[in-house]
Amino acid sequence: MAMTSPPTIALPPPMHRPVCGWGLHDGLVVARRNLLATLRNPELLFFSLIQPVIFVLLFAYVFGGAIPVPGASPEAGASAYREYLMPGIFGQTVAFAAASSTVGIAEDMSKGIIDRFRSLPMKSSAVLFGRTLADAVRLILVLAVLAITGLVVGWRIHNGALLATFAFVLLLLFAYTVAWVGVWIGLYMPNTETAQTAGLLWLFPLTFMSNAFVPLEGMPTWLQTFASWNPLSALVLACRELFGNPTGQLPGQTYPWPLENPIAYTLISCAVILAIFIPLAARRYRNSTSH
Amino acid sequence: MTASANSANSAISAKGLVKHYGDVKALDGLDLEVPEGTVVGLLGPNGAGKTTAVRILTTLLRPDSGSATVAGFDVVRQADAVRRVIGLTGQYAAVDEYLTGHENLTMVGRLYHLPAGWVADRAQELLERFNLADAADRPVRTYSGGMRRRVDLAASLVAHPRILFLDEPTTGLDPRSRLDLWAVIGDLVREGTTVLLTTQYLEEADRLANDIVVIDHGRVIAHGTSDVLKDQVGGDRLEIVVRDRSRLNEAAAALSAVSDASPFVDADTGHVSAPVSGGSTVLVEAVRALDSAGVEIDDVVLRRPTLDDVFLALTGHVAEEEPAPAPASRGRGRGRKES
Repeated sequence: MAMTSPPTIALPPPMHRPVCGWGLHDGLVVARRNLLATLRNPELLFFSLIQPVIFVLLFAYVFGGAIPVPGASPEAGASAYREYLMPGIFGQTVAFAAASSTVGIAEDMSKGIIDRFRSLPMKSSAVLFGRTLADAVRLILVLAVLAITGLVVGWRIHNGALLATFAFVLLLLFAYTVAWVGVWIGLYMPNTETAQTAGLLWLFPLTFMSNAFVPLEGMPTWLQTFASWNPLSALVLACRELFGNPTGQLPGQTYPWPLENPIAYTLISCAVILAIFIPLAARRYRNSTSH
Repeated sequence: MTASANSANSAISAKGLVKHYGDVKALDGLDLEVPEGTVVGLLGPNGAGKTTAVRILTTLLRPDSGSATVAGFDVVRQADAVRRVIGLTGQYAAVDEYLTGHENLTMVGRLYHLPAGWVADRAQELLERFNLADAADRPVRTYSGGMRRRVDLAASLVAHPRILFLDEPTTGLDPRSRLDLWAVIGDLVREGTTVLLTTQYLEEADRLANDIVVIDHGRVIAHGTSDVLKDQVGGDRLEIVVRDRSRLNEAAAALSAVSDASPFVDADTGHVSAPVSGGSTVLVEAVRALDSAGVEIDDVVLRRPTLDDVFLALTGHVAEEEPAPAPASRGRGRGRKES
């Protein structure tokens, strides 16, 4: 039997440790594994692309005529809302991607592969970096499909490719950030089923208590305050400004600091959330025994 | 039983390992020495603490107390150094379902920080060696149970581990796949790999291991080569099958004349067995005694005690019939003690 021939390839000299340590290298290896798994599961990929497209169509045509955008001319009507809506849908989509990180890590933790990872001399947090990185990369495809859908329903980029690219970079940064929150939640989930439910819960208030779909003016004051400081509001507003879409803000009126400086506030929020949740998730991962 | 003076030459050395899961004491002061280049079989029923021991020795779990070294490195303080020289194949195939066999092996190799080109060649070599070359580019979820175990074992061999941990490697495999896996493990041992093997199959321990450590309730209850353990139970076993079941008692009486202890009668199968000493002359005496009593027999054997006999004698229960309590070790999300 061929199984009984002795090994022929001897162990090579060890590789040099990269200057920044093995964290990035190991994270990329794990990210590659997660992306390959996505490609091998095309049905899941397909439905994860379809869902935001359905949201665009629902909001654009069901709510479109009913929600006036402040500052837009009345005759613009539904088409102004569609332009206003698209950055909101982008924001909602990158936020909701956190749920798939929650489910993904909960699934990883329930499988034997985690024992393999733990018995290897790899950087342990690479499992989490690989997960969040792959989830963010997957969103590039989702955002591309969304952007095309948006163009079909009448959304346009008015401020040029450079600023638009910057908007997409902000969206991906935000996606990567909430993925860490999602991973942290996922590490507390006893099983995949619970992760599927719990992973979504916090995302509803995060996205709907914001300016993603409706202007803040119609909300009660306390909710307006919350929504103004919601990082997602700043992200969506930043995208609206960068794409040159209606912002829903009236000229001459003063708004809370995050809405006056949406790009800065988005960057600061992401930095703060990452600084909190990367160590939290990494500690949780180290301290939890596998399945 | 544990030669601590030898621990310099020990690939694996554990002293007084204790591990609790809530109220359940999974390990209760386990001592273990595995000399370099040998195969030690950790034998015990479900829930005896075999898997917990392996998980501690492979750095997946911290002991509550006690200490262990693997290849001279402390499993708690030098976990990373331990991980560089070990391979682990657990009860469940620790490979990614969606990745192909080749992708799984290269991923593991990359995580050992080995160069990509070398890893690709090594993966191909292992897949050929394990009869998986044809399935190399298929996702693992399309593999059969035996193929999964083989690719899992291959994954733990990518970086030429000096010490291999096999946690019930053949549990749930069909006899053919089990024989295949045994052949592979036999080769690794001949190449000088140190192996710690846990099993509840006595035949497996008998076949693969130089030394057998029998554990029950998280403690070592016997230790030695399979021959030594069998001698502990006492000489040989004489076993006959009586043709006429109504004459079992006469047969037993005839055998007790040549036996060291009273014979054991199984009325359902017509078997009568008795511990004997004195080798083949006993066989002749027994047949004469039965002949003069006029008891006809269908079969007679003189055999060495099996590890089944050993296990029964040591623990008071038969190994395979032990009920499988859901071990608390499966609970996920349990915090580790950081002491």
